[in-house]
Amino acid sequence: MVLIAPPLIYALALLALPLGAVLLFSFWTQDYLTIDRTPTLANYVEVATDPLYRTILGRSLVISGSVTLLTVLLAFPVAYYVSFHVRPDRKSLWLFLITIPFWTSYLLRIFLWKVMLGYNGVINSALTGIGIIDEPLTFLLYNANAVVLTLSHAFAPFAILPIFVALEKIDRSLLEASRDLGETAFTTFFRVTLPLALPGVIAAVLIVFIPTVGDYVTPAQVGGSQGTMIANLIQAHFGGLNDAPMGATLSIVAMATVTVIALALVWITRRLGGAR
Amino acid sequence: MLRAYTIAFLIFLYAPILLLPVFAFNDGTVIAFPLDGFTTKWFAELWTNSELHAALVNSLLVAGASSVLAVLLGIAAARANIRYKFPGKAAAMGLIMLPLVLPEIIVAVSLLVVAVRILGFDLSLWTVVAAHVLICTPFAVAILNASFQSLDPSLEEAAIDLGFSRPETFRLITLPLIMPGIVAALLICFTISLDEFIIAFFLTGSDPTLPVYIWSLLRFPRLIPVVMALGTILMVVSVSLLVLAEWNRRRGLARAGVADKGGFL
Repeated sequence: MVLIAPPLIYALALLALPLGAVLLFSFWTQDYLTIDRTPTLANYVEVATDPLYRTILGRSLVISGSVTLLTVLLAFPVAYYVSFHVRPDRKSLWLFLITIPFWTSYLLRIFLWKVMLGYNGVINSALTGIGIIDEPLTFLLYNANAVVLTLSHAFAPFAILPIFVALEKIDRSLLEASRDLGETAFTTFFRVTLPLALPGVIAAVLIVFIPTVGDYVTPAQVGGSQGTMIANLIQAHFGGLNDAPMGATLSIVAMATVTVIALALVWITRRLGGAR
Repeated sequence: MLRAYTIAFLIFLYAPILLLPVFAFNDGTVIAFPLDGFTTKWFAELWTNSELHAALVNSLLVAGASSVLAVLLGIAAARANIRYKFPGKAAAMGLIMLPLVLPEIIVAVSLLVVAVRILGFDLSLWTVVAAHVLICTPFAVAILNASFQSLDPSLEEAAIDLGFSRPETFRLITLPLIMPGIVAALLICFTISLDEFIIAFFLTGSDPTLPVYIWSLLRFPRLIPVVMALGTILMVVSVSLLVLAEWNRRRGLARAGVADKGGFL
């Protein structure tokens, strides 16, 4: 009890209380320069009715959903390869190789994607250099697709690691049993390997989805006006727009939406797991 | 086929990173192709840029203070989590680990609201440290959970039976055995804090941390090659720190006589 007290008190004071304060703020309103402390749902009504807020919240969810899907689909074969086809004493080397790029400065990685995709960037220079295109492509950067690509790159290790751990836990004799009982390699994968790896896949989905919804740097750097996400809007309300209560409301709405989606996902997979 | 795909994926992972040294040594201010020739002047400029030095010192102070505090809290939480049962344990651990699954902007916003609007504090490096401790503690707990799990309780019991007091047992028996975990947690927390941007962006006062300073540079193209040079150095430093952490972890496993199951996460 004495041991748990310091970290618990710290988390209560710096996490639970501040979240409570944000919730409180979200029911107030900004009255020009002062804050009107009359509790009201006005901010929530505005978020629900103003198409700007709905568009950006919806776009954040779509972008981060696409990132999640893309990242997990791309990551699964990598995790599978390292778990099933790499010699056991070489596995940590491979994992190490996969995680190294993600320890370089996050800001610089995002910026480097701008260099990759830009007008005079790597891809355009390479394509014009070998004569495939005459004019640099302009649709690569400053849109939602650029955000999806950049975030998928940034979160790849977060998807690979949990899937790898789940695959490592699979008892290899189950796969042999399945083959002995007449299943092909293909059906064994879909009826044995994949269901057993599902907890890792779900963990990967959550680990990618939750932080990407609230990402600020990537949309700000590569998103352009068509790639603005909820975090940019929240930051704008606390910064230039000077409307902290609205920023608080947007934070609460974003957090609630993410939590509901995450819980729904966990619930659905539990049901699927139970039905089998 | 799968091997070819995995190698292609690694190339995708490394492609942007490999551009860092390319442009750090490129003799031109525009970050685009074609390249303009070799230079080391951007590295030389790093030595003379005093704003950059101040930001680096700020970041090192923040990362140092945050990692030490987070690991101290992590030791307490992991020890309580592994060794003891008490009512409300799941809820308490859940709250401590919550920052892992919370978008960082939410942490930043909530602390900003409390610090500035409610308590009326001036933002400073200390507000950044407070927030970084909060987000680093779950990582420290996760690593130290594993350390305490592999620690045989009978060793501590034996020490107490042989007449050691509890503090002596902790200092002479427990601490040396979990030391590799502590070092790994310190390194990971240090790296996380050093690279964290959005929380520092919200909570920093007039003294920027390194990522906040880099962010301000990204708007002034003339200084971008300097950022590339800095990035190259940072990359070398963080990779070295990680190699050190991994080496230390393996040594710890070897000392505890456990087979290497791979991976430091």
